[in-house]
Amino acid sequence: MKILKLRKDKLDLFASVVQQFGELHAPVEQDGRYVFKRLTRWSEARLDYNRTILPPKKYFLPPRETLFHYRPGNGFEPSTDGLSQRIILFGVHACDVYALNILDRVFSGKYNDPYYQARRKNIAIIGIDCTPDEHCFCRSMRADFVDDGFDLFFYDTGEYYQALVGSSLGDDMVLAAGRIFEPIDVADIEEYKRRSANKRRAFQLETEIRDLPEIFEMEYRSEIWEELGAKCLSCGSCSMVCPTCYCYDVADSVELGSLGGSRVRSWDSCLFANHALVGSGENFRGPRASRIKFRFYHKQRGFVAEYGRPSCVGCGRCIVACPVHIDVVEVIDQLRRVQDVASR
Amino acid sequence: MLLADEVATCRAVLTDNPYQPHMARIVRVYKMVENNYLFTLRFLDDGLARTFRHQPGQFVMLSVPGAGEMPISISSSPTRPEVLELCVRRVGRVTNALYRLRANDVVGVRGPYGNGFPLRQMQNNDLLLVAGGLGMAPLRSLLWYAVDRRDEFRDITLMYGAKRPEEMLFREELQALVDRDDVNCLLTVDADPSGTWRNHVGLLPTMFDFARIEPLRTYAAVCGPPVVYKFILRKLLEIGFPKDRILMSLERRMKCGVGKCGHCSIGYKYTCLNGPIFTYWDALNLPEMI
Repeated sequence: MKILKLRKDKLDLFASVVQQFGELHAPVEQDGRYVFKRLTRWSEARLDYNRTILPPKKYFLPPRETLFHYRPGNGFEPSTDGLSQRIILFGVHACDVYALNILDRVFSGKYNDPYYQARRKNIAIIGIDCTPDEHCFCRSMRADFVDDGFDLFFYDTGEYYQALVGSSLGDDMVLAAGRIFEPIDVADIEEYKRRSANKRRAFQLETEIRDLPEIFEMEYRSEIWEELGAKCLSCGSCSMVCPTCYCYDVADSVELGSLGGSRVRSWDSCLFANHALVGSGENFRGPRASRIKFRFYHKQRGFVAEYGRPSCVGCGRCIVACPVHIDVVEVIDQLRRVQDVASR
Repeated sequence: MLLADEVATCRAVLTDNPYQPHMARIVRVYKMVENNYLFTLRFLDDGLARTFRHQPGQFVMLSVPGAGEMPISISSSPTRPEVLELCVRRVGRVTNALYRLRANDVVGVRGPYGNGFPLRQMQNNDLLLVAGGLGMAPLRSLLWYAVDRRDEFRDITLMYGAKRPEEMLFREELQALVDRDDVNCLLTVDADPSGTWRNHVGLLPTMFDFARIEPLRTYAAVCGPPVVYKFILRKLLEIGFPKDRILMSLERRMKCGVGKCGHCSIGYKYTCLNGPIFTYWDALNLPEMI
C-alpha cells in the first residue's frame, strides 16, 4: 500500500483540491453534537469529532429512497435519482469504514443491490483516525483499524497526517494535490507505532466477543431478555444510529390525481412491533422482549454464523442514543458473568 | 469522464436490478373458496413467459401497483409452464387491492425466490404431503410436479384437511385425484354440516390410519397453520421419521425476497434465501421457527 504524509497546515489546501472530485461532506458541529453534512466552507469541518449522530450509512442507504416510479402502461421504471452524484466524505472514522465494509457484504452476494453499489462507487471515503472516548469499544469489536474500503486514510502523527492510499481514486487525489504529499521515513513509522500503542491504552470500554455466539445460545432463555424487554421503549433509535443496521421497509405511494406512483424504501427496525408481522395476523416476534433479544442475537450471534463476525463495530452510538440507557456492552458483560446459581 | 461512469452507474439499476418487477397479465381469477382466489398470470414479455422456470416450494414477489409488494408461494407446477398460478388469501392491504383486479389487469412479478423442495434428494423416495387449510397452496406445486413426473417417485400420499368442505382449496382437482390408484389422496374435513361430503370426516392426524408410511424411505412435506405443525410433527416423529426427512414451508414477512431487508430473518437464516423450505432439524436449531 502506498503511504505518504501531509503536513497538517496543508490539509486545507488538500481539501480544496479534492473538491474537483465531488461535493465535500464532513462532520460539522450542530447543537453540541456532530453530523455529516455538506460543507459550505472548509473551516466548518470538525475533524476532532467523537462520533456523528447518524453514521455515513445515510449516504449509501438513504433514510428514504425511491426505487421505482410506476406509470400505468409503463410498469415499474427504476429511479436513478442521486445515484451518480459524486460526494467526498471527509473524516470517516475506522469503525464507520469497517461498518461500510460489512454493509458491502450484505448488499452484494447472489443478489446485488444496484442502488447501494452505485452510491458506494460514487462516494469517496477519506478516513481519519481518532481517540476513543468513554463509549467507544471498537477495539473489542476488532474495528479500531481498517485496511480497506476507503480511498485515503489519514493518521494523525503530530505535525503530519500519514496518508494510506486505498484506491486508484485516492491516488488520483494525491496526484492532483501535487507535491504537498511527501514520502515517509523511519521516524514517521516509529511515531505512528508510538501513537498506535497510545490509542490502544486509551480505551476505557472493553468487552470480550470470543465464544459470544455460544453464550448467546446458552442464555437464549435468560431472564435478562425479559428485563430488557420491560425497559426498552421500542423506539428504534439504536437501529437508526447503527452503522451496520440495514433493515428496510418498502411501501408504494400513489400520486394524487393520477394512477402513477412510486415505490420507496425506508429505514426500519426489528424493535418495531410489526417487524415480523405477517398478513394473517401472526407475529413471530410479538413481545418486546423477543424483539430486543432478536436485535442482540442477530448482530452478535446470527451475523457471525452468516458473515464470520458480529455486525457491530463498537462505535458506541446506540449507547449514546438509547433513551433508557440500554448499553450493549453491559448486556454482553451481564450475559458473560458467572451467576451464583445457589443464590438465585 | 464522469459521463461514462454515470451511464454505467445507472445501467446496473436499469438492467441488473433484483427489485425490478416484470409486468404480468392476469389471465384468470378463479374463486376457489370465499376470500381464497386463484390468480393465473402470464408475463407480458413472451420470452419471459416461455423461459420462466421455478421449483416447487419457491415463491415470487407480487406487486399490485400503487398498493405494494408481497411474497406469494407458487401453486402451479413447473411441469405446466408459461403461466403462474398464485393462491392468495384476502387478508391485508395489498391482497385487498389485488382482489379489486380482474382478468387482463396487470400486476408485477419478480422471482422465483427461495430454495424450493430438495427434489433431487426426494427422487426415488415415497412422498407424504400433509397440508392443513391454506397450507395446500405451496404443496400443490409439489403435488402436480410429482404426479406429472410419476416415474421419479415411489408411493405418493396426500393428506389434506380443511375445516369444512367448502373451505377446501383446489377441491375439484383433488377430488379427481381420489379416484386415481397411483396416488393415495386423503381428503378430510373437521365437520360436514351439509352432509354432502363424500370423503373423510375427522382431524388431519387420523388420516395416518389410512396410509402405510415407511419413514426411512419417505420425505414428508408439511404446511399449514401452527396447529397442523404441532400435531403432525408429533405424529411423524412418533412413527419414526428422521428429522431431516420432514420438510416444512414457512411463512414470514418479506419486503425484498433477496436477503437484504431483514424482516424474514429467523435467528441467522433468511427465510427468503435459506428457506422457505426448512427441515425439522433446521427448525429445532432456529429460535422462533414455528
